[in-house]
Amino acid sequence: MKKTSKAKNLLKGDFLTYLLVIVVYAVFQFMIANGSLGSLYEGLLVPVCIYVIMALALNLVVGIVGELSLGHAGFMCVGAFSGAIFSKITADMITTDLLRFVLAILVGAVTAAVFGFLIGIPVLRLNGDYLAIVTLAFGEIIKNVMNVIYLGVDEKGLHFSMKDELALNLAEGGKTIVKGPQGIIGTPHNSTFTIGVVLILITLVIVLNLIHSRSGRAIMAIRDNRIAAESIGINITKYKMMAFVISAALAGVAGVLYSHNISSLQAQPQNFGYNMSIMILVYVVLGGIGNMRGSIIAAAILTVLPEMLREFQDYRMLMYAIVLILMMLFNWAPACRRFRERYSLKRIFAKKNTKEAQ
Amino acid sequence: MSGSPDFKEDTKMKKFKKALSLMLAAAMVLSLAACGGSDKGGSKDEAKSSGEEVFKIGGIGPITGANASYGLGVKNGAQIAVDEINAAGGINGYKVEYKFEDDVTDNEKSVHAYNTLKDWGMQLLMGSTTSTCSITVSAKSSADNMFQLTPSGSAVDCVATDNAFQVCFTDPNQGVRSAQYIAEHKMATKIAGIYDSSDTYSSGIWTSFKKEAANQGIEIVAEGAFTADNKTDFSVQLQQAKDAGAEMVFMPIYFTEAALILAQADAMGFAPQFVGCDGMDGILTVKNFDTSLAEGLVLLTPFAATAEDELTQKYVETYKKNYNEIPNQFSADAYDAIYIMKAAIEKADLKPSDGVSAICDGMKAVMTEINVKGLTSDEEGMTWTEGGEVSKAPKAAVIKNGEYVMAQ
Amino acid sequence: MSFINYLISGISLGSIYAIIALGYTMVYGIAKMLNFAHGDVIMVGAFTVYTVSRTMGMNPIIGVLLSVVVCTVLGMLIERVAYKPLRGASSPLAVLITAIGVSYLLQNLALLIFGSTPVSFTSVIPWKGISLAGGKLNISGVTIVTIVACIIIMAGLTSFIRHSKAGQAMLAVSEDKGAAQLMGINVNGTIALTFAIGSALAALAGVLLCSAYPSLTPYTGAMPGIKAFVAAVFGGIGSVPGAMIGGILLGIIENLSKAYISQQLSDAIVFAVLIVVLLIKPTGIMGKNIQEKV
Repeated sequence: MKKTSKAKNLLKGDFLTYLLVIVVYAVFQFMIANGSLGSLYEGLLVPVCIYVIMALALNLVVGIVGELSLGHAGFMCVGAFSGAIFSKITADMITTDLLRFVLAILVGAVTAAVFGFLIGIPVLRLNGDYLAIVTLAFGEIIKNVMNVIYLGVDEKGLHFSMKDELALNLAEGGKTIVKGPQGIIGTPHNSTFTIGVVLILITLVIVLNLIHSRSGRAIMAIRDNRIAAESIGINITKYKMMAFVISAALAGVAGVLYSHNISSLQAQPQNFGYNMSIMILVYVVLGGIGNMRGSIIAAAILTVLPEMLREFQDYRMLMYAIVLILMMLFNWAPACRRFRERYSLKRIFAKKNTKEAQ
Repeated sequence: MSGSPDFKEDTKMKKFKKALSLMLAAAMVLSLAACGGSDKGGSKDEAKSSGEEVFKIGGIGPITGANASYGLGVKNGAQIAVDEINAAGGINGYKVEYKFEDDVTDNEKSVHAYNTLKDWGMQLLMGSTTSTCSITVSAKSSADNMFQLTPSGSAVDCVATDNAFQVCFTDPNQGVRSAQYIAEHKMATKIAGIYDSSDTYSSGIWTSFKKEAANQGIEIVAEGAFTADNKTDFSVQLQQAKDAGAEMVFMPIYFTEAALILAQADAMGFAPQFVGCDGMDGILTVKNFDTSLAEGLVLLTPFAATAEDELTQKYVETYKKNYNEIPNQFSADAYDAIYIMKAAIEKADLKPSDGVSAICDGMKAVMTEINVKGLTSDEEGMTWTEGGEVSKAPKAAVIKNGEYVMAQ
Repeated sequence: MSFINYLISGISLGSIYAIIALGYTMVYGIAKMLNFAHGDVIMVGAFTVYTVSRTMGMNPIIGVLLSVVVCTVLGMLIERVAYKPLRGASSPLAVLITAIGVSYLLQNLALLIFGSTPVSFTSVIPWKGISLAGGKLNISGVTIVTIVACIIIMAGLTSFIRHSKAGQAMLAVSEDKGAAQLMGINVNGTIALTFAIGSALAALAGVLLCSAYPSLTPYTGAMPGIKAFVAAVFGGIGSVPGAMIGGILLGIIENLSKAYISQQLSDAIVFAVLIVVLLIKPTGIMGKNIQEKV
């Protein structure tokens, strides 16, 4: 009896999460349709989708596997570049935008997954802060290497160099696709809010189903007690790797969405450095570790917040820092928590109900 | 720790999470309401101002983050021009309104800044300050057919769209001119370079410089690179240049790093001729900088704060009075950008009520016809090509006794 | 000869990393938290010296002393306001995120106060240094002072931890907070003291960093901070000699890979070495191997 009600609760929670995404989507579509949204917020919709997917992907590692990854921006970077390269090369071959974009998303996801697997082999042997620093290191290596890659295409095929553009030796009429630090310019603008939301829903389906599956329970068993899990025969490396690779692939998808939303793509400290990885971690921790709905909401709010603070001009990043610290203290400090529990609406309502029942 | 309190903590945690998600949801609804509200305000503003008829010029650049000094220069320089124009009666009799938005040198944020300005009712865009941001924004502005003039975005791709124009030289142009200048004046034959390989501007100039140097018979004996994450210690790059016997070090980089390089070269007793490009301007504004380190530094910059002409002197004086700093080349580019817009609007005889797209079409048509004399040009003035690139005479300045002196 | 030059400048850079890493590693050992704001305390320290010695025109030595005081107070204040309320939070990540918030706060405050134009820092060490082998080998005064300071600080810290009561209390708290409390150790006081010492070291690191590389902006501390964090992990986080060895090795590897392999990829190479070291010795060079209890 108890078990079924628990399962029901879980499903109810999931249902609420899906519902939240769909309702918010509907509200915004309505607002776009009647023109009351404004350019800034319309322009923010796709970035919000990107960071929501990133937060969900990272929450899978941080909340479900229980390991801290500080290199997820690296996977996003891999996805962004591979997706954009694919779109640039096939721009003349595949003329249906949607088809090409879907293929680009798959390319980005698979490439990021491959990187996730290769990086996962050494990384998942470590634990705790050491794992965190190694993922940070990989993220920085990816960003660093991206800045020295030159890639061109002519009728003979692809040319690759790590020196400079001249070393590509392109034939007449060939074009350079990746120009080292100048990155990729002119990626088609294919990302839309609808595609973004569909990708969020797909991400949710993947992540939530994984959590409720047999594998998911095994992964959480490892998180809660590695030694106990190992002793009952759970293959730790396999399950950790599984979650890590899925997470990397999802981050890759977010990257493709990113690179097809703005026309120029460079691997810079601001977008793919450790700062971005940390930013995503902020979404996850603020929204609640392991809580997917929380991640969605926190990512959305924190992406919009700096833009809402624009009227404060030079002071806005200062305000952002203060708001972040206060939110963290309010959400996580034991003293605040006790205070909130005492005065939570739920409890007041619950008291009322019991009184009425009496 | 035993299991039970942990478990208790877990149920507590769940309750808390629910409370949190409720709270966050509430916050989101609030934010939605807020954005809806501010939006209405925006459209009302627009309606009101079109009644008064003003030209709305928006600017974009970093005013927070590591590159804030570049964006602040642009913001302030343009403000001075706008104030002057308004004091003199505006453009075609219409006043100018000006608003500047921050982009933290991030492509994505630059688009957000652009959208914010669009909501405000911007008709003409002066930005973005940095190259990659400018390229990103030009994809959006070209879709809206909004006139864009970047003061300091120097990559060739900044003007790839037909609505976009530049105030500063393009990177390849600067690289080629630098190599030609060095060869013409027989300054050196053995040159070492230090450039920021993670920066579009710096690597763009360096690539074209290297190409042209070969044509001019200049030998590049050492090539030193650094990245945005690794720009504290330059001892290796300098040591290599020294060991290779370089007579000159060419540094197509910003003054922030250049100030460090000069100090480190001095500490290791390496004193070649240093040469920089327009990004080097500003080195004398570095607070507490020992200007003797920069003695003899040659920079190919279109603007020098100590130039003798009346226009520059007046500008520098106003800038110092308003912002308590010596203006750099970014601010001069932005100042000129506003006057270039003014010249084009007057030539095409436009008025604010023409709307964004018609203004853009009108400006595009006359941009190749106008000639503007400004802070960053000589008496010949600046003209533009169809493609949006500026053509003006390059200037070279030498630092003597802690001040710029125009060379030639 | 140039190899020796590269090596010396690597050691100089590494010594600065080492002093910053000491602060990281001490705080980590005791509070089990990564203090991401540590790098920005360095920046505050350097700005204090600049303000006191340049703007107010006082002796730089007074500036250095004042900056140590300012940073110590700042470190304790940050600990009290932003970190202490989160002690006992259900996840250790909460305090990590708050530390990031504090880091943003310090950077943006400095940006508002001092502006974004870089400030050229006057070295507090006027000594020009020595020149060997007929001018081919230059060792600057800052380099020598930095290396000496690093050794003195490490020796001082080690003997402080080994021989003083407060140091022993630190060790006890880092081993087992609960047990230490039961033994009558003031855990909160000990943690505050650790932050105070870590921040005082950050002030010194800031002065040395800006004397060697004289450019100061609100973001000066960020990258050396993260590098020092890597150095601390490299050497085995929580270990004082480990931080020193990690820092110096990091500086040397960084400079030699710049000199002989690739300047664009030097960071990637440093990080790759770190990964290899951690795979061979998962707790860093000097890290203790903790046996897991079942």
